[in-house]
Amino acid sequence: MSSRVCVAAALLLTLVVPAAAQADEIESLRTEIESLKADYAARLQALEARIDELEVQNRTAPGAESMGAASASVARNALTAFNPAMSVILGGHYANVSQDPESYAISGFIPSGGEIGPGERSFNLGESELTLSASIDPYFAGAFTAAVTPENEIEIEEAFFRTSALPAGFTVKGGRFFSALGYLNEMHAHAWDFTDQPLAYQAFFGGQLAQDGVQVKWIAPTDLYLEVGAESGNGQEFPGTRRAANGLNGAALFTHVGDDIGDSISWRAGVSYLDLHAAERTWEDFDDAGSPVLNAFTGTSRTWVGDFVLKWAPQGNSTQRHLELQGEYLRREEEGDLAFDLEGLALSDSFRSRQSGWYLQSVYQFRPRWRAGVRYDALDSGDVRIGLIDDASLPPEAFPALLEASPTRTTVMLDWNPSEFSRLRAQYAWDDARDARGDGNADRQFQLQYLYSLGAHGAHKY
Amino acid sequence: MNTSFRTLARALAWAFTRALPRMLTILVLLAGSWPAHAALKVLATTPEWASLARELGGEKVDVYAATTAFQDPHRVEAKPSLIARARNAGLVVATGAQLEVGWLPILLQESGNARVQPGQPGYFEATQQVRLLEVPTSVDRSMGDVHPLGNPHIHLDPHYIATVAVALSSRLAQVDSGNADYYAQRGTGFQARWREAMQRWDAQAAALKGVSVVVMHRDERYLSHWTGMRELASIEPKPGIPPSAGYLASLVKQLGDSPPKMILRNAYNDPKAASWLSERIGAPVVLLPYTVGGTPEARDLFGLFDDTLARLQAGAK
Repeated sequence: MSSRVCVAAALLLTLVVPAAAQADEIESLRTEIESLKADYAARLQALEARIDELEVQNRTAPGAESMGAASASVARNALTAFNPAMSVILGGHYANVSQDPESYAISGFIPSGGEIGPGERSFNLGESELTLSASIDPYFAGAFTAAVTPENEIEIEEAFFRTSALPAGFTVKGGRFFSALGYLNEMHAHAWDFTDQPLAYQAFFGGQLAQDGVQVKWIAPTDLYLEVGAESGNGQEFPGTRRAANGLNGAALFTHVGDDIGDSISWRAGVSYLDLHAAERTWEDFDDAGSPVLNAFTGTSRTWVGDFVLKWAPQGNSTQRHLELQGEYLRREEEGDLAFDLEGLALSDSFRSRQSGWYLQSVYQFRPRWRAGVRYDALDSGDVRIGLIDDASLPPEAFPALLEASPTRTTVMLDWNPSEFSRLRAQYAWDDARDARGDGNADRQFQLQYLYSLGAHGAHKY
Repeated sequence: MNTSFRTLARALAWAFTRALPRMLTILVLLAGSWPAHAALKVLATTPEWASLARELGGEKVDVYAATTAFQDPHRVEAKPSLIARARNAGLVVATGAQLEVGWLPILLQESGNARVQPGQPGYFEATQQVRLLEVPTSVDRSMGDVHPLGNPHIHLDPHYIATVAVALSSRLAQVDSGNADYYAQRGTGFQARWREAMQRWDAQAAALKGVSVVVMHRDERYLSHWTGMRELASIEPKPGIPPSAGYLASLVKQLGDSPPKMILRNAYNDPKAASWLSERIGAPVVLLPYTVGGTPEARDLFGLFDDTLARLQAGAK
């Protein structure tokens, strides 16, 4: 309190002292401040020089160019330092479909028993996917992906080891893995450009073909990308069935080539062949009187897949805009015996089918975060010869699922990606798969989907 | 139609079952007897490391850059052409510190090339050789796509390049030991030329000390750190998150009273946001090459720094 009074008094005093004395004092104060400033400037310069010197020393990492240079960044806790990279995908959607999803079927095709159709109505939890992956040792790496279904079941999508030290461009993979045939088959659901798989994949592979077996892949030592591979396993997934034998069931062969065209375009194209054996591959149907029956196919199933994908981005920079064009053609020949009403009449005779399907899709990112896409699906039930019908044992209506049909579907989609780790998508489809004989009653399917990725930054395949 | 398809199918089946295995055998034999490569094949993830590898490897290396100066190194795909290059590479030179995390792991995995897997001498990371800036003490994706190991964009400080060059020289000598003497000689020559150039650049950089700038991403961190330029703000609100209209408006408010001397934009950045801000706050946009090839003048690493400093000096006037 008293000090403030003193200051006030001093101020008052200065107001009344003669102007000459004041000017003198100001001058001396000024010189004092100037000398202080100069002093500090010198000291600051010295400090800055010292900082610069330290910074130069700091640029070099301790023990650089020794393998342990990353030691500073290795997790401090030795027990967790070797934890595998972990990522979780959260997904789900709201569906509004015009026809009862329970009655969904792809007409003209033996039901694949897999994930077909738009799924259930209203809100649906998607599959929550957990992936763990790491190097095992200098020779092997491993990955594990489990999907927890909304029905609270755990499915192992993939669980495989992979070699990382074989010479001459070879890689061997073993365990359960998505087959490398075609283009879309190897991709996990969260990386799809639409909420669901193309009709052709649903009809021919029940959505996606996984192998329990071994894959050998070789990359050619050329500047043109050329990959050749073969897979074999127990062949238990549709269109095969598990055999009661020690040997392998069939094989898949695939080859892909790819390259760039200038800086802006990259492409890949390939041909794959799948040969599987099916023994009593059953499906439920209704006979001509409308009563449920269980039918079965036994024989060989051969599928050819031709695939291509082309990606464009201005100067190869996909940040602002990019375009993807992709299509696949699938053709299957099945030959063997067809059994009708296994649990009743139990008739059996020859069966042969040649069926095909294709899709073409394009996705365009027209501005950062926003992508729009369109897809067209077409299937042709083709040429089906059923011995039981040819010899007039049964009328064609006894196999309603196999009546001639050419299902089509048109899908449009728009998605918004706030970051690399989140995606919200709206999709609308006109799907006449169950009603492909031109009754004009397409199923209208609207879906709103979310996809979130937690944890390790996933690296996506091309 | 059907008969022709059957013929085609039979031909393809033959190709797969008979011809392909034979071709494979021939190719494998060929690959084994490939002439001892005249040049070491180097795959560099970004143009700056490609340029450095060329400086240090001279005629003994055949360098391929996975990206150009007009591509965002964060967003690249493991495309077929790159898998083919990784398959044949004797040395992969990457930035590291998770800059290439979205594509390099899958590229190496798909390559089937044991020599260039992480942990092998054929895999080199530039950021392992230096001390990184902006190493976060904690990371969470709510901060955007942060780099948990620190800011990886080290190449815009020539002193860092000098350090990386020492390590890369010795790595070249290790991988291609037959030419070790050549690499040692070439490395010494490069260091001498680089030191001389650095004296010039350090003098030019001194003039930029305290100059205020606005950047796009945290790409210029090492450049600012070296020159002493002050980064007032970045146009990306968080790493990897594009700016919203609201965020840009808040930048105008924040910078309107005391605008920066210039707004820095890299060759690969979209010009829109920077020029929008420039019009509002009256600071010029200065285009920087960012890496080798970003401007016609930035033909190699020497040109990169000459041009970057020339452009900054012109902008700071």
